[in-house]
Amino acid sequence: MIKTLLKSVREYKLPSILCPIVMVGEAAMEIMIPYIMTFIIGELESLSGDASYAIDVTKIILYFVAMVVCALFALFCGVVGGKLSAKASCGFAHNLREDMYNNIQTYSFANIDNFSTSSLITRITTDVTNVQNAYQMCIRMLVRAPILFVASIVMTCLIEWKMALIFVGGAIVLGLIVFVCMFKVIPHFKTMFKKYDNLNSVVQEDLTAIRVVKSYVREDKEIEKMKYATEEVYKYSVKAEKILTFMMPCVSIVMYAVIIIIWSLGSNMVLGTVVGNVSAKDLQTLNIYAMQILSGVMMVAMCLNFISLSRGSMERICEVLNEKTTLPKPEAPVYEVKDGSIEFENVDFAYSQKADVSVLSNLNFTINSGETVGIIGATGSGKTSLVSLIPRLYDTTQGTVKVGGVDVKNYDMNTLRNKVAMVLQKNVLFSGTVAENLRWGDENATDEDLRFAARQACAEEFIDALPGGYNYDLGQGGVNVSGGQKQRLCIARALLKKPNVIIFDDSTSAVDTKTDAQIRDALRKYAPDITKIIIAQRIASVEDADKIIVLDDGEISGIGTHSELMKTNEIYREVYESQVKGGEE
Amino acid sequence: MARAMSSPHGGMRGDGKRAKAPMKTLKRLLSYAFSRYKIAMAFVVLFVLLSAGATAIGAAFFAPTVNELIITPENPVIDMDIIYTNIIVMACVYVAGGLSSFAYNRIMMFIAQGTIKKMRDEMFTKMQRLPLKYFDTHTHGDTMSLYTNDVDTMRQLLSQTIPQLISSFLTFLFVFVLMIVFSFTLTVVILCVFVVMMFTIKSIGSKSAKYYSKNQTALGKLNGYVEEMTEGQKVIKVFCHEQKAREEFKKLNDELNEAGKQANANAFILGPVSNNLGYLQYVLVAVVGFILVITGNQAWLLSGYLSAKGLAGTAACAGMLVSFLAFSRQFNMPIQQVTQQFNAIVMALAGAERIFEMVDTEPEDEGGDVTITYGEMEEGKWAWKKPNPNGTFDYIPLKGDIKFENVVFGYTEEKVILKNISLYAKPGQKIAFVGSTGAGKTTITNLINRFYDIQSGSITYDGLDIKSIKKDDLRKSLGVVLQDTHLFTGTVMENIRYGRLDATDEECINAARLANAHSFIKHLPEKYDTMITGDGANLSQGQRQLLAIARAMVSECPVLILDEATSSIDTRTEKLIEQGMDKLMEGRTVFVIAHRLSTVRNSHAIMVLEQGEIIERGNHEQLIAQKGKYYQLYTGAFELD
Repeated sequence: MIKTLLKSVREYKLPSILCPIVMVGEAAMEIMIPYIMTFIIGELESLSGDASYAIDVTKIILYFVAMVVCALFALFCGVVGGKLSAKASCGFAHNLREDMYNNIQTYSFANIDNFSTSSLITRITTDVTNVQNAYQMCIRMLVRAPILFVASIVMTCLIEWKMALIFVGGAIVLGLIVFVCMFKVIPHFKTMFKKYDNLNSVVQEDLTAIRVVKSYVREDKEIEKMKYATEEVYKYSVKAEKILTFMMPCVSIVMYAVIIIIWSLGSNMVLGTVVGNVSAKDLQTLNIYAMQILSGVMMVAMCLNFISLSRGSMERICEVLNEKTTLPKPEAPVYEVKDGSIEFENVDFAYSQKADVSVLSNLNFTINSGETVGIIGATGSGKTSLVSLIPRLYDTTQGTVKVGGVDVKNYDMNTLRNKVAMVLQKNVLFSGTVAENLRWGDENATDEDLRFAARQACAEEFIDALPGGYNYDLGQGGVNVSGGQKQRLCIARALLKKPNVIIFDDSTSAVDTKTDAQIRDALRKYAPDITKIIIAQRIASVEDADKIIVLDDGEISGIGTHSELMKTNEIYREVYESQVKGGEE
Repeated sequence: MARAMSSPHGGMRGDGKRAKAPMKTLKRLLSYAFSRYKIAMAFVVLFVLLSAGATAIGAAFFAPTVNELIITPENPVIDMDIIYTNIIVMACVYVAGGLSSFAYNRIMMFIAQGTIKKMRDEMFTKMQRLPLKYFDTHTHGDTMSLYTNDVDTMRQLLSQTIPQLISSFLTFLFVFVLMIVFSFTLTVVILCVFVVMMFTIKSIGSKSAKYYSKNQTALGKLNGYVEEMTEGQKVIKVFCHEQKAREEFKKLNDELNEAGKQANANAFILGPVSNNLGYLQYVLVAVVGFILVITGNQAWLLSGYLSAKGLAGTAACAGMLVSFLAFSRQFNMPIQQVTQQFNAIVMALAGAERIFEMVDTEPEDEGGDVTITYGEMEEGKWAWKKPNPNGTFDYIPLKGDIKFENVVFGYTEEKVILKNISLYAKPGQKIAFVGSTGAGKTTITNLINRFYDIQSGSITYDGLDIKSIKKDDLRKSLGVVLQDTHLFTGTVMENIRYGRLDATDEECINAARLANAHSFIKHLPEKYDTMITGDGANLSQGQRQLLAIARAMVSECPVLILDEATSSIDTRTEKLIEQGMDKLMEGRTVFVIAHRLSTVRNSHAIMVLEQGEIIERGNHEQLIAQKGKYYQLYTGAFELD
């Protein structure tokens, strides 16, 4: 997992490696400076012990200069290290986001179905931030802290190895305390995060359904739910933080215990009651090292903990990075789609390999280039699934789908999808102007092209009426136009691709019957060679098609023209009657 | 460390704005958090004081202990008793200090957790009472992050920053006083450096804050882009737009990287800068001290402390300098600690400001004092209960008679949506609204339940002005099926029961049968006990609408509002539930908004709306005979969208 993530470091390898090195420089100064201080203090103490003590001014000046140099060097290292770590960690996060996003772009529809939109967003944003923080912590601390630790031990050994033993003992006890606490606290945090998710979903749900809540006067019920959710978060946060608040004093007591042992032992060593080579001023130095050693241990423990907490985020990111597109590329791709003919041969389809229920089973039919084909069926009968196979949004479980006489699996993906345009059921416009949105179909379309496509989609009139016309800003998700207008813009956008096949997945549901008919007329007139596949709820939308496919529970219940189906197909007749008969009562 | 991770799913907010009135917000936040915990807070201050004192006292024992270990003319023999006494005192002081810090951290933790729980509860309770206008003008993402990011910054502020600030301030003050007592001259030297330090920290800090706010803006932009594009990912695929999406993403991502780098770099630099300036300060003090000691200018160094002890001379001054240097280290410690909390404070105050802004929003009014009663007027009958000034009550039977008179309404003052609408619905009648999007159909229904208030005119319900009715009771009498169906996390049964909380299982199942939802519920893995999650993501749009209809059926309200209630149900299924719908509408006043004219054909009256005005009214036959807009719509000669 970590290996997968680290692949994204790339050009930030240098700062990532340099940063710990520079940090070591800063750490070294952290050790040097107190060391120099003890000399200065030593001089002063000698002086205070004996006023006639002859101070070696040059030596003192040397100490001062050394200390200033060290401090400046530490400052330099600290600043450079800070910048490097910022560069490395932000860069790493940047690359992670980019890699994730780029990989998402290779996803097939089946891949996209695996992740919910909101989870993808969380992964790209919050999870990356968590990993970035952990990474930053690692390169800043994970090298610096152990080095500080080892160096302090070495320095202590230079003074008296027995003291070093005490430090190591203290460090082990401290490490154990921190480790045990963390071991206990992490499960609580994990539960707390889950409860936190609950809390989020209560708020989210309430926000989206606020009208329902208010309509049914269920505010109190919602507040009840929220109280429960916050109570749970409170309970587990307190459980976790209790351990943490317990840990901190334990840590400081260990620190102080070490210091006191050092002092008791040290005093005796100074006196000579215990064998040891320690002077009074050494004791102060040891004091400083004690702090550094123990805080080094703490740092490492915290770091490891941070990493283990961000594990969840890492896993979620890796899932995105490791997800391989379910649509393998052909070895010798075909770059041309000959015409708009379509052929289904013994096609079976299921959304998941594991699912025992097929969405489509044993479909066989042929559509000639330029034909208009209607598809009718109840909700859930598999209409959308059927057409999704044509631009290879999904692969069949069995059988082949051919476009222009070639198996869709053999086409270059972009070639196929540029030639098989699809107006999705749940269609989306993006922030930007009308023209920008239409140019999704063809980047190089001239204004004249846009106009022509809009005319075919019967959108010209309302676009002209918009303030600014083609330069009218649609707002996020196209909120500034009505449902029917949105659908027509989506149709125009698809037409601009100049496809061989165009599929309308219930994409005129919000357009009135008359405009619907106009669009179909326009298509027939301007684009006679394009194969048109129309999924519709309304019989009127498909009545005059060359062929109508009636789907029932994933199987073809009938194929034929309107009049044929009226005679032979009961389902078709029922649908027809439910829509038409009502009008004559 | 765990704190930084505490919003695993909270989105980042777009604007990284800083607080507008930080001091006011801080004051309010503190009084909000601590007014409930006055006694606890007093203990916190006490324990912080003890703990800070312990650290200082502990440090103060070092010097005499060291001095005792050094053999000097004044101290010819090392007295182990003194040393042991000192060590024992130090041990006690440290244990006491450790315990106090444990105590205040524990208390503070409870205060912080309790406060943020209370804050979340109160925010949510408050939010339930906000008018719809609030939800129209604030994105869900922004409101969500009040509960996640903003509350979280609050926790850090309360549980970490505030005790830290108190402790730092106390240490700072304590050490400062000690320093002045020891040597006024050297304190002045320290103060000089302190000013320089503050200046540097402030300039780096505000730079960091500036870039941080840029970073937040860039993050917001990136989030927005990802959100929009991921929502439309399938469209991207269909249009082979992947490359373009990558490029645009890269641009935003690069921007974020740049801002993030600057913000973080400045934040990271802050530590080493203040730390090492501290060392330089140390050197400066030592140099000045040395010069004064060596040159014998001791008068400069002489201080209250030494004079009081009757000490003077090089030796005493040198000893004093040792202590003073130790203080100077201690003096810098709190500065560094506060520096590290800098960003936390800035963020918390900005967050608190946003939270208070929401809490301060004017809530929806409660409505009038007419309430709804069951069985009070007559056994088994609903009635309005209207209080009279003399303390008695009038009972008015609840029938569902609704009347609009010259109603004018606009969501904003400037833009009128409904112009002078008058209409009536007699009990048991079915009234339909037909018209283009934006004509005002949904708006009319939103006025009946007082989601919005009219600007002029009047709406009456059984002869009562709806403003005189208590809002909750008014809404209880109205059953609604909305265009966008929303379900709640919970079982299917619970979702149906949402309509009426005391409905029995049988009643719910019966409603589901009538709504034709029973047949698909039967096929769900746990039937009526199947959990619905994520707003019913596991159900189709049509199935969700069927559940929403069942929910309305259970509610047994005398007035029903059906806003495109069957729009996602295919015509065959719609036919199947027609009977159920008829049953649902039986004896009730019903307002129907529908796209399919077949749904509204059998209404008692159909209103054709255009640009906020009723341009035609009558039943189906009358309107067809009129050969107006309705006729055009019906025959498909006119577009509806």
